[in-house]
Parts: sequence; C-alpha cells; structure tokens
Amino acid sequence: MKIHEHQGKELLRAEGVPVPLSKVAFTAQEAQAAAAELIEKTGSEVVVVKAQIHAGGRGKGRFKEHPDLGGVKVVKGADTAGEIAKQMLGSTLVTIQTGDEGKKVQRVLIEQGMDIAKELYLGATLDRASGRTTIMASTEGGTEIEEVAEHSPEKILKEAIDPAIGLGDFQARKLAYGLGLEGKTARAFTKFVAKVAHAYDQLDCSLLEINPLVITGDGQVLALDAKANFDDNALYRHPDVEALRDPDEEDAAELEAKKYDLSYVNLDGNIGCMVNGAGLAMATMDIIKHFGAEPANFLDVGGGATAERVTQAFKIITSDPNLEGILVNIFGGIMKCDTIAEGVLTAVKEVGLKVPLVVRLEGTNVQLGKKMIEESDLDVVTGDSLRDAAQKIVELVKAKK
Amino acid sequence: MSVLVDKNTKLLVQGITGKTGMFHASKSLEYGTQVVAGVTPGKGGQKVLDDRVPVYDTVADAVAKTGANASVIFVPPPFAADAIMEAADAELPLIVCITEGIPVNDMIRAKRYLEGRNSRLIGPNCPGIITPDQCRIGIMPGYIHKPGKIGIVSRSGTLTYEAVHQISSLGLGQTTAIGIGGDPVNGTNFIDCIELFNEDPATEGIVMIGEIGGSAEEEAAAYIKANVKKPVAGFIAGVTAPPGKRMGHAGAIIAGGKGTAGDKLEAMRDAGVEIAVTPSDIGEAMVKAMKN
Repeated sequence: MKIHEHQGKELLRAEGVPVPLSKVAFTAQEAQAAAAELIEKTGSEVVVVKAQIHAGGRGKGRFKEHPDLGGVKVVKGADTAGEIAKQMLGSTLVTIQTGDEGKKVQRVLIEQGMDIAKELYLGATLDRASGRTTIMASTEGGTEIEEVAEHSPEKILKEAIDPAIGLGDFQARKLAYGLGLEGKTARAFTKFVAKVAHAYDQLDCSLLEINPLVITGDGQVLALDAKANFDDNALYRHPDVEALRDPDEEDAAELEAKKYDLSYVNLDGNIGCMVNGAGLAMATMDIIKHFGAEPANFLDVGGGATAERVTQAFKIITSDPNLEGILVNIFGGIMKCDTIAEGVLTAVKEVGLKVPLVVRLEGTNVQLGKKMIEESDLDVVTGDSLRDAAQKIVELVKAKK
Repeated sequence: MSVLVDKNTKLLVQGITGKTGMFHASKSLEYGTQVVAGVTPGKGGQKVLDDRVPVYDTVADAVAKTGANASVIFVPPPFAADAIMEAADAELPLIVCITEGIPVNDMIRAKRYLEGRNSRLIGPNCPGIITPDQCRIGIMPGYIHKPGKIGIVSRSGTLTYEAVHQISSLGLGQTTAIGIGGDPVNGTNFIDCIELFNEDPATEGIVMIGEIGGSAEEEAAAYIKANVKKPVAGFIAGVTAPPGKRMGHAGAIIAGGKGTAGDKLEAMRDAGVEIAVTPSDIGEAMVKAMKN
C-alpha cells in the first residue's frame, strides 16, 4: 500500500525524524491560509507548493492544463501560493511514473522553503538476496536511485540490518562518514538514519525513501521528501496506516476485488482472465499475449473460491469497458472442477454474457465439470488444454471484429 | 530415489485442528504419508482423524513422543513465523510452511532464527513437497503425480500442477516436486533444490518454474551453468506483467526495473536451459532438453 508525501512526513515526524514545517490543503483557500501561517512562523516569504499524488517524478512532471507548471513550485507570499494551488488542484499531473494519462491532483502540501546546502539520498527496503532490511545512502540526492544504481553503483552505500540487533550505531556512522559528512552534521545524520530504520521496522514498511534528504546551510538534517510503501500482509496490525488509504489513487475495480479477497490487477488489453493461483494467472496472461492478443487483467480467485466469489470475479471482469472476451483457466487441485463449473454457470446466468467465453478445466472432477458446462444451454466454449483454450478465445475475439 | 521426503518421513502437522490443516492432514494420510502427530496449543491430549493422529500442545512434546522428522505448518499468518521458529527449536530437519500472507518483517526474523540451525525451511506461501506414491506434504492434488525421473522446483502453486500434469502425461513422472513459494523472504531456494536434484541419481532431468520479481532465477541459472550436467527445462511466468504491480504473490513484482521475465529468460537460455515458450510447453521442453 502507498500513501501521500504529507502522510509519510506525519508518520516520520511522530517517530522523531526531523521534517520541514508543512500543512496539507484540499482547496486554494486552505493553501493560502496554510502559507500565511507558515510565513508568520518562519519569518520567510518563501514557501513550496507540492502536488500530492502517489506517483514519483513530480518536480519534473507537467500539468496537462498548465504546460509551464511542474508538480513542485517554490513561490513567494501566501497569495501566490494560493494561486498556484488553485492551478494545481483538479488539474492532471503527468510524470514519468503516471503514464500519459496522468493523475488528477486533489491535495497539495504547503511547506516552508529551506536553505539547501546539500541533497542526499536515504532509503530502506528489503534486500531479497540476503533476506534482510537494507539501508541505502547516496550523495546523489534528488535523482532516481535506480538511475544511480545503473550508472554509478559505487555511489550507493549499503548496510544490511541484522534483525536480532537492529541497525548498529557503527553502521549509521559508516554511512555518515562514507557520505563525507562531518562534525555535528554527521552526528545529526547518524541519529536520523537510526530513526528511519526504526520507523521502517515499526511501521512494517516495504519501502521508506527520503529523497532528497537535505543538509541545510546551518547544518540541520531534514527529510525534504518522504515516500512510504507498506507490506500489505502486515496492515492488519496497523489500522492507523490502513486509514491513510486514498481511494482516489487506487483503481476502483482493484478496490472492489479486495473486498472479496480476490487478487486483481487491471491491465490495458481486451481478454479478461479468471484463474486460480497467481503463477498460473500470470502464465495465462502470457499465453494470451503469445497468441497475439492482450490480457485485460490479472485475476487470481484463490484456492477456496465459492460460487459467490466466482460471480463477483465475473462482475469485476465484465465491468471493464474494453472487454471483448473471457478466458477461465482452472487447475483444480483441492478445488473441484464441478464446483467451479457451477460457479461459472451461475455467474453467467446472473451477470449475463455479452462476449465470448472459453473455459478450460483440469484436475479434480474434471469430467463432471466439463459435462455440466456442455449440457448447459449457455454459449460457453470449452478448451482441452491451456494452449487450446487460449487459441480459441483469441480466435473468437478476432472473428467478432 | 527422491529428495528430502520419502516413505520414511514422519510428518507432524502444526495447526492440525484448523479447517485447512485437518483437511490436508487427512489427504496426506489417504496418500499414504505417515502423519504421526498434530500440534495446536491448548488442544493437546485429543486424537483426531479417526483417532489416528494424537494432538500435542507443543512441537517439542510432539517430537519427543512420536519421533516426527518433518513438520507442515497451516497456522494463520500472524502466528506462522512463530510456528516456524518453534519447529526449528524442536530441531525438526524439515519444515514446510504453507501459510500465505506472513508479514515480511516476521519472516526476516524467522529466517535469522534458522541461521546456524539444522532445519531446512520450504516456503512459506507454497504448495509443499511431494514424492509420488510415498509422501505428500502440503496442499497439492496427489493424483496428478506419477513416480518417475524428473525433479520439479517451482515458485508457484497451480503452475506447478500444470507442469506436473504435463510431465506425468508424457510418461516421465517425478522423483520429487517442490514448491518453494512466492514470498520475497523464504527458506529453500532454487539453487538448494537444483543441487539436491543434481546429486540425486534417480533424477534424470530438472524442471524449474520461476516468475517475475527478485533475482533467484538468475542466480539459479548461474549455478546451473557452472554445476549441472543434467538436462534442465524452464518457464518464467509474467512476461506480460506491468512494472510496479504486485501480481498476487508478494514476491511477484517488478521493482526498479529489476526482476523482469526477460532478464530471467536470458540468464536461463545462457545457462543452456530449454525454455518453454508457453505454460503448455513445459513437458515438451523437458522432453526436448533430454534429447539434446
């Protein structure tokens, strides 16, 4: 799960990580008031208006409606801040991570301007090879860490955390001095890293990225940005984090699927897939592509699919306006094929069927399942193998065009 | 011959009194597996499955009383990592964790706990391990497996069944099939299994089934290139998966441009692995690899 920058900063602030003064605003009036408040507190006219969307690359991004405006704007005075917020709110920001369609901005963060002497990178994430949380730090702040990793990997310092001990002070010092920091700045950075590592662990993050982390002219260390992703499997123990979910940033069909414990990802193609098991679901998408068509979604109904869940899965698949065909691929292990057939037939009767449907069943009670589908008066085509089923649905969709 | 499990394996089921644990314990019994004990804290002293399987409060107690030498875990996600550590504490040589949805931080700690101990963990979030006609540990449909000469290792559940089914239909059969699971932090990896199959005289060919995310397949490919003379066939799921989206499994995600199917396929081809172009070609790819 992802959250907004302003939410990430609130969580960091609560963990004792220094962040600049800021306030979120949902309207231009709120933005103007927040800016006025900041200016009074700091005595500086400089404030930053930052568009809040889940995608990165906001600074270099551009608004569709305002081609000269990026997602992060430094301004002077509360009135200007209000005007910029007015342009951003309700407009669509396109960044390298949003795709061409962009993302509508619904909230902005009003933040104090900082006197930046140095921009660094700090991140924490799982290193799968070692099975440990790893802290990464780099002098190349402000740029995408993937780019740094590709072009100058030697500029990324890494420290793996032993879960039995936590991040050692010595590790934080290695990073601080490795980055070339000195004196009180090095000490402030060391404390900063320890708190970030602690927050990552306590909040069950899957990624916690401070990019840039800034050193100010007077040697303070602050999180100028905050990107926090969370381990979905651990959300049950963080209702406070779950409450930060922004439905505007998530796909409606994917949210609906989550309610029914279905694992669903919306894609750009036209052939809907319903499969049991994540690996087989991906493989089913791949074979559709192999035969020259594009999958409309990834959908894993899971091992314990009931007729009701199959019906829900169908409703979600058929809600896709681009849908031109459906492929059901079930390898029944413990799940019986006749149960699946019953679920599919019930679903088709309830939801209706406007596009071709091919069903491939294999595994437990396969004969019974196939018989039920063949004997129904519904227009359902059966496939004998995954290859056969994939070819049939691709041909049927092409024939209809 | 086989690897890791056979007819002498004595299985203990953690979470046996739960619905899933009970169902699959009964399926394993039916398959002929020696299911010698169950563990559910607070339910010790009972006997379940027609009085055939005694239940204990702790794994240590169950091992002491029954001589169990493998455990399968059907404990809910919040308690599963603890169950893994309990099994390791009882010095069980093989621990198979079926549970899906364990928090990553819990698994990081459990994996650390296993360091320096003699327990091997398979999973979590996996279908389990099976040696046809001898021992079934997990949730796979037993009947699709046939005794034979192919070792199968896979990150996916139902896709493993697809491969097993094809290998059985072609008359090759399996020595042992292992599902290592789709989580980012797990126990036994591809290399461990490939090494076991490579050393098992009965295994004449190896099928490896990977998916997007991480770099375990690339590492396995490097191992194969350096060490394996037996024919290997492979398939990678997720050629069409978009970056940044979790495809069901917690570990199946292309992050920061890493872990794409293309990179994995390239590494495997370079190692001489016969690639199945579609999931329907896994069996045929194995046959082809064995002819070469």
